[in-house]
Amino acid sequence: MNRVTLVRLAVIAGFVVVIEALCRFGAINPLTLLPPSEMAAHLLALLASGEINEAMAGTFSNVAIAFALSVVVGFAVGVVIHALPRLRRVCDPLLASYYSVPVFVFYPLLVSLLGLNRWPLVAIGFMFGVTAMVIATLNGLDRVPRVLLKLARVHRMSRSAEVLRIVLPAAAPNLFTGGKLALAYAFIGVIAGEFILSGGGLGYAIAYAYDAFDNRTMYALMLFVLIVVTAVNAALYVWEQRLLRRRGRG
Amino acid sequence: MSVAPETSGSAPLIAGDTSASAPRQSAQRFLDGLAFLVVLVALWQLVYWKSEVAITGPVETVETAVALLGSENFWRHALASGRAFGASLILSCAGGVAIGLALGAHRFSGAVAAPMLTALYTIPKVTLYPMVLLVFGLGISAKVAFGVMHGIIPVVIFTMDAVRNINPVLLKTARVLKLSPAQTAARILIPAVTPEIVTGLRVGFSLTLLGVIIGEMFASQQGLGFLIINGMNVHDVRTLTAVVLLLVLFAVASSSVLLALERRLNTARRATDATVGLP
Repeated sequence: MNRVTLVRLAVIAGFVVVIEALCRFGAINPLTLLPPSEMAAHLLALLASGEINEAMAGTFSNVAIAFALSVVVGFAVGVVIHALPRLRRVCDPLLASYYSVPVFVFYPLLVSLLGLNRWPLVAIGFMFGVTAMVIATLNGLDRVPRVLLKLARVHRMSRSAEVLRIVLPAAAPNLFTGGKLALAYAFIGVIAGEFILSGGGLGYAIAYAYDAFDNRTMYALMLFVLIVVTAVNAALYVWEQRLLRRRGRG
Repeated sequence: MSVAPETSGSAPLIAGDTSASAPRQSAQRFLDGLAFLVVLVALWQLVYWKSEVAITGPVETVETAVALLGSENFWRHALASGRAFGASLILSCAGGVAIGLALGAHRFSGAVAAPMLTALYTIPKVTLYPMVLLVFGLGISAKVAFGVMHGIIPVVIFTMDAVRNINPVLLKTARVLKLSPAQTAARILIPAVTPEIVTGLRVGFSLTLLGVIIGEMFASQQGLGFLIINGMNVHDVRTLTAVVLLLVLFAVASSSVLLALERRLNTARRATDATVGLP
């Protein structure tokens, strides 16, 4: 393990210890923030009791569906927009400002279109994730070096061979980033949707605990969401670094 | 590291049909934009026919929006949102640029912080909102804090990356000319990283707005976010749709202005780099 990683871990550990100490010595009101150790202990109890299994299953399956749809549809839309420069010019400002529109406001509309079930939430996760994938696809396709495309023509590659052997590998790093972002945004969309609007899932459980002044459950669930999302992101980050290193060698 | 998705604006401009004259080209661009708008409105109308209970049609919404713009009540809420948004934006920008410059200049801290910033950027911050409410209380400060939580991280990331990727020749020049650190920052660092900072500010702008509106949608009695959630709860579809339309127009218009600024700065920099012979 190198020095940077060690210092990073030390910073995080120090932060947790400081919070713990401030809570234990009464500098922070226990009604405001709980000591991290207590959050973790209550989280383990919640996980062991199986109380949150249903909420977990609901949230994670929604995120998974939203993520898969975002990647597939986002890639396809990105390819189409990239092929049509005129369309792209009018889409650009919209893509650039897309994330300032709170997509949650469409929840009632989605309920009326899709019914009162999981699909409106999946749709919100999808709407958050898909645009990141579209933008990443556009960036990736922009960065395919011209000389490689010429090479494909010199070798008289078929269209499908060109895409498989040249375009996709050259755009891969951007596509990977897009997938990573799509996953993060799917999480944000689904959990925030549950939090503000719906009646199920981890986001709702947090909002419910807040309304019931059940700080222990609320902080335990927050910690759980943060751990899961950070772990997934860290795993993807490590995988990406490994892929990039292999490309560098190859 | 490209954590922010909204970088399509910095992509190279597509070379248009070079044979067409400039006025014809801009006319074509205008018509394309118009056609796109017509398609969007037509889609909206279709959705409206499909579910009349949850949305109002384009014409009716524009009428309601115009009426809203003339009502005192709307401006009270808009002002509340605007105040929270303005304060968050100033804090996000100033804080983000300062932290980003520091982390970019001090390479080791930057390396330590980078993945942590990415992690912060990708966590669903809305789950932390109850904690923000407990710490800051109900009111404007919680909204501002939540807006800053959303907006500051992209500004930090873009500024930091810009400083780390600065052309080393520029810094050598500063040393050769024996500029003081303050002079280096003012004359070299800040001008060199301005385009990236503007990109960061554009992304930060969008996310700050998102943060403030989400904050108002949960546990607030004021602001446009409250108008939206209230519209949902009491089934006031007309106001709901009209407020959403106004919000979307505001977001798209401000982003377009920042995007145009960003492009102009990038073009200007390329021109300067070419004159002084930088790659």
